[in-house]
Amino acid sequence: MTERVLDPPVLVRRRETAWSLRIAFAVTVALLIVAPFVIYPIFLMKALCFALFACAFNLLIGYVGLVSFGHAMFFGWASYLTAHAAKVWGLPPELAILIGTATAAVLGLVAGSLAIRRQGIYFAMITLALAQMMFFFALQAKFTGGEDGIQGVPRGRLFGIFDLNGEMTMYLFVLVVVLAGLLLIYRIINSPFGEVLKAIRENEQRTVSLGYNVERYKLVAFVLSATLAGLAGSLKALVFQLASLTDVHWTMSGDVILMTLLGGLGTVFGPVAGAFLVVAMQSYLAPFGQWVLVIQGAVFVVCVLAFRRGIVGELAHALRVQL
Amino acid sequence: MSDTRALLSVKDLEAWYGESHVLHGVTFDVQPGEVVTLLGRNGVGKTTTLKAIMGIIEQRTGSVCFEGRELIGLPSDAIARCGIAFCPEERGIFASLDVKENLLLPPQVRPGGLDLDRIFELFPNLRERLRSQGTKLSGGEQQMLAIGRILRTGARLLLLDEPTEGLAPVIIEQIGRTIGTLKAQGFTILLVEQNFHFAATLADRYYVMEHGRIVDHFAAAELHANTEKLHDYLGV
Amino acid sequence: MFEIFGIPSQALFGQLLLGLINGSFYALLSLGLAVIFGMLNIINFAHGAQYMMGAFAAYLLLQHTGIGYWEALVIAPILVGATGILVERLFLKHLRKLDPLYGLLLTFGLAIVIEGVFRNSYGSSGLPYQVPESLQGGHNLGFMFLPNYRAWVIVLSLAVCLATWFAIERTRLGSYLRAATENPVLERAFGINVPRMVTLTYGFGVGLAALAGVMAAPIYNVSPQMGSDLIIVVFAVVVIGGMGSILGAILTGFTLGIVEGLTKVFFPEASNTVIFVIMAIVLLIRPAGFFGRTA
Repeated sequence: MTERVLDPPVLVRRRETAWSLRIAFAVTVALLIVAPFVIYPIFLMKALCFALFACAFNLLIGYVGLVSFGHAMFFGWASYLTAHAAKVWGLPPELAILIGTATAAVLGLVAGSLAIRRQGIYFAMITLALAQMMFFFALQAKFTGGEDGIQGVPRGRLFGIFDLNGEMTMYLFVLVVVLAGLLLIYRIINSPFGEVLKAIRENEQRTVSLGYNVERYKLVAFVLSATLAGLAGSLKALVFQLASLTDVHWTMSGDVILMTLLGGLGTVFGPVAGAFLVVAMQSYLAPFGQWVLVIQGAVFVVCVLAFRRGIVGELAHALRVQL
Repeated sequence: MSDTRALLSVKDLEAWYGESHVLHGVTFDVQPGEVVTLLGRNGVGKTTTLKAIMGIIEQRTGSVCFEGRELIGLPSDAIARCGIAFCPEERGIFASLDVKENLLLPPQVRPGGLDLDRIFELFPNLRERLRSQGTKLSGGEQQMLAIGRILRTGARLLLLDEPTEGLAPVIIEQIGRTIGTLKAQGFTILLVEQNFHFAATLADRYYVMEHGRIVDHFAAAELHANTEKLHDYLGV
Repeated sequence: MFEIFGIPSQALFGQLLLGLINGSFYALLSLGLAVIFGMLNIINFAHGAQYMMGAFAAYLLLQHTGIGYWEALVIAPILVGATGILVERLFLKHLRKLDPLYGLLLTFGLAIVIEGVFRNSYGSSGLPYQVPESLQGGHNLGFMFLPNYRAWVIVLSLAVCLATWFAIERTRLGSYLRAATENPVLERAFGINVPRMVTLTYGFGVGLAALAGVMAAPIYNVSPQMGSDLIIVVFAVVVIGGMGSILGAILTGFTLGIVEGLTKVFFPEASNTVIFVIMAIVLLIRPAGFFGRTA
């Protein structure tokens, strides 16, 4: 009997939110409100963007069971479009983000309809190849600025009122958007739609025989995941005021997989924890150059061999709660 | 019930498919040169017993002793190399191999296996179909191939899982004759059959299984006296 | 020299040759991937890194021991194949019972580790490797100039691909492999040591990748990232061809190499992406790939 990629530690089939989730959420929000006074806001904002990115990715792998190796294309291209919209078209931040996110949604629709035609391993390879194609487009397109990327992206004034150049203002904005994104993901998972997704992951054949158009559900999940990944990318472009090739490279896709794996596939808070950990690790190890890659790869290997539930997953399993 | 002279001695064999406990303590033995049949309805654990002996089912406890050697804990290839051969219910003919390759696949585990000519004597059809793809054969031919290939190995204990399932009466007769010939040559056979009449022509002893246990046992001579009981067990 | 569609023949055939060369590598690598996938049911993401290790093995053998190209063609695949056997025994074996995507994740992690380690030791820029003396120079065929080494690469790849195909489809050993791909549990119950065969198959596939690396060393620079971009293209090749047949993988590899080469002549901006575009089209009209079984 094969262990599926996703065997969640505790599958709670109740509609009401588990108390453990409420507590974890409250704790997380409290920490994040206090954090900028202790830790660099830029670091936190980076971690928050990646937390959203990882949660979006987790929606697909954790609840539908599809491993995308090309999520960087949504993240990166949204980032490019937002940067371009803010810098060249002079749009205010809310519209720039909207454009970036919409781009990711469209890309998600196109890529999803191609990739969903195949299962499992083929799906992974197709998403990787499509993302690589988008990488080459980014490399060659004029507006992306090639190797230099789009620099000096203005943050602007949110709704014409809030000046996002202030660190705390920007931080609050990012925090609110990311939390909203997480709540949205949570609502999706616990809606009737989400129940069908879980049913597909558990027994696709049976779900088909029950009359559900499984392909359409998968596609919708894919597009949602891509769109939220795009939202993360759009935010990131404004946070760093930069959009670059790194954001569309396959290593970025690898990073988000690592974050989710390390944090805990199929858990609610796993990707958040994983994102913070990996971003911290990358900052800490930055002076060691290429060793970051080696260590990340090693963590990957160790997680797959011995630590498949991830940190939050293990914690949830040990405490027998849902996290 | 276990006999130290027995070729195969199974004691308190339990087995699991994942979480599901399918064998609850099976005990029986097979003497050298015998044909012993496991009878029972669908799903009582007959095939599971064969697979547990063969080590194909890995979650098993108890004792399976072959020629004095304990098989529990050994991987299936080691068990085969002790001199046991398995002919599965679904026949297991490899589609990506032709008939000849299928025939030659199982390696010799003991000296004294039948050579190809002897196998063709038993199953003449196979000689004509040597280069055909394995699964292009009819059901009966596939069954003959499945039996034929394990005869090459030199194994002295044959585990045959429902060899007559889904076959025409003419073929069933042929297989019956073959098994009779093998028995005469000293092979020991553990047979799983639902076709009770077929088993009746060959078996020396019968064990009846129900819910993963042996519930009854009688010799060929006692068959007549027990037909009604048997019909109950088999739900016929 | 003459012109075809306004392109000078030298340029056209030069690119076609380059296309055939790329196709040789696509074929060799997708062959290795297909063999590994058949037996282990995992996609070996580390294939590109193992290809790179083959090239580095050749380079290091020359640098430190003076052992040249011809010996490296034999030694490098054995060395790197041995590391593959270690990987299978230490890591992949434990993932056998799990969802095959874990195998993909693990080999992905391994690829990153391997590339990172080499990048740390050797930097990002390419290291040179000389074409062996006996294969230097070339012949002027009139419509193009054919470098000897490139002709050699094409011939050797074809030979290795066909030999592998023959070994798998027509020999006794190959029948054991084919049976294990189909029903490893039953084959093991016949007394065949299937786990050992699986390990050796992985080693062989890795060795094939390393062989391609040695062949690539004199053509492309030997660099730590030479494998990663290549392997993604090979994945696309594999999706286009499907993993159902060995011959299919070989044919698809060579064909796509040629197509890529032609694209470089007529639409140079599209050359990096043409294979991906073809993959997208194939997915629309024939999702299982040209030679694939539906999976």
